[in-house]
Amino acid sequence: MKLTLEIWRQKNAQAKGQMVTYPIDGIDGDMSFLEMMDVLNNELINKGDEPVVFDHDCREGICGSCSMFINGEAHGPDRLVTTCQLHMRKFKDGDTITIEPWRAAGFPVIKDLMVDRSAFDRIQHAGGFISINTSGNTQDANAIPIEKADADAAFDAATCIGCGACVASCKNSSAMLFVSAKVSQFSLLPQGKVEATDRVMNMVKQMDEEGFGNCTNTGACEVECPKGISLENIARMNREFMTASMKG
Amino acid sequence: MSGLLKSSIGRKVAMALSGLFLVVFLTQHFIINLSSVLSPEIFNTWSHFMGTNGLVQVGLQPVLIFGVIFHFVMGIRLELQNRSARPVKYANYKGSAAANWMSRNMIYTGLVILAFLALHFYDFFIPELTHKYVDGDMTGLLDPNNPALGYKYFTETVHKFEDPLRVGFYIVSFILLMLHLLHGFQSSMQSIGFNNKYSKALRVVTKTWAILIPIGFIFIALYHHFNQLAH
Repeated sequence: MKLTLEIWRQKNAQAKGQMVTYPIDGIDGDMSFLEMMDVLNNELINKGDEPVVFDHDCREGICGSCSMFINGEAHGPDRLVTTCQLHMRKFKDGDTITIEPWRAAGFPVIKDLMVDRSAFDRIQHAGGFISINTSGNTQDANAIPIEKADADAAFDAATCIGCGACVASCKNSSAMLFVSAKVSQFSLLPQGKVEATDRVMNMVKQMDEEGFGNCTNTGACEVECPKGISLENIARMNREFMTASMKG
Repeated sequence: MSGLLKSSIGRKVAMALSGLFLVVFLTQHFIINLSSVLSPEIFNTWSHFMGTNGLVQVGLQPVLIFGVIFHFVMGIRLELQNRSARPVKYANYKGSAAANWMSRNMIYTGLVILAFLALHFYDFFIPELTHKYVDGDMTGLLDPNNPALGYKYFTETVHKFEDPLRVGFYIVSFILLMLHLLHGFQSSMQSIGFNNKYSKALRVVTKTWAILIPIGFIFIALYHHFNQLAH
């Protein structure tokens, strides 16, 4: 497969970047998108050019590192996959592919396609945890009855890998889907309910401080989320936030 | 409760509640307008009641004006804030791949509705306030050409639908209102935290309403326009 890649190149956080065109040949449909990027980087290194910097780690869709905005969509045209799970057979011979970093004030570019997603870590630190001591004196899980529907919803929310595709896809760069998943995964379970009020208030406060936009319910986040996190979580967070605001 | 409007969720709930309030207002406005097709007398009676009843004028009207201004000001502020949340734009952004046109263009449909409201105030609200509160009597509300009808609400309303250009702008505005409501009404449910097994059915209701009410307003405008042409 012969392709033309248009990739965002930016030297550092301060530099002004631009799109640079790279022709590439010999791409197999069975390669993953990141393997295609590896081929390109090998060529660049062999030519003495600087390789394209991009985040990647597990390459099996669970670490949430491979943040690439491909042909106008987070993680490319496929659904429910991360960039590392995207195969080159999704593209045709002769295609031009644009590759950009996540664009959001909350995710500043570090270099090329790599962005600083530590805003998500700070939101997690603000309340995405339970304070119960779990070292050695935990109760048997089966001793605490939890409704199947709640357990399933909590588990679904917990599948969020914090990749940031929701922010990248949202026209407002809103982080609501991520934050609502992190709020929901705890608040649905008895251990997490104890701190539910403080959690939602603190996490939303931190989210707002990080410069993410407001949710306008376009639903783009849900469509582009590689883990299929549902908008129901945002509705739940809205409810919890309103209740918490009334209390406190 | 303090500082609720400073938080992103507080603002979005406020947008939803003011929007829902305007949905209720639009419904009653539609019912009164529809009466103009059925009977000029009923339309006049209802219009006069709405225009002179103390509770409506002193109680509800200020709430409505506040609701309208709040919805517009907050909507514009949020849009500006949302734009600044992405200082560097994408070279290639396929918004339509994941979200529909209505949800992505609320600000534009909203601004056309604002322009329509300006015309609407110029046409009806300001002249009526002048009659009632500046001139200080109700004689200005009487119909000089048709004393049998009493008040001139009906004649005035029908007269506004004479100019095809005005009717054209009216229709365009209501089509954009329909697009605005198709996203806005159902989205307000999500904002106030309602998303469960009943949401699918509720979406059908909100979307049906969002289509029927603007089409109804357009029907009334066209009815009066062609009715005058016929005479």
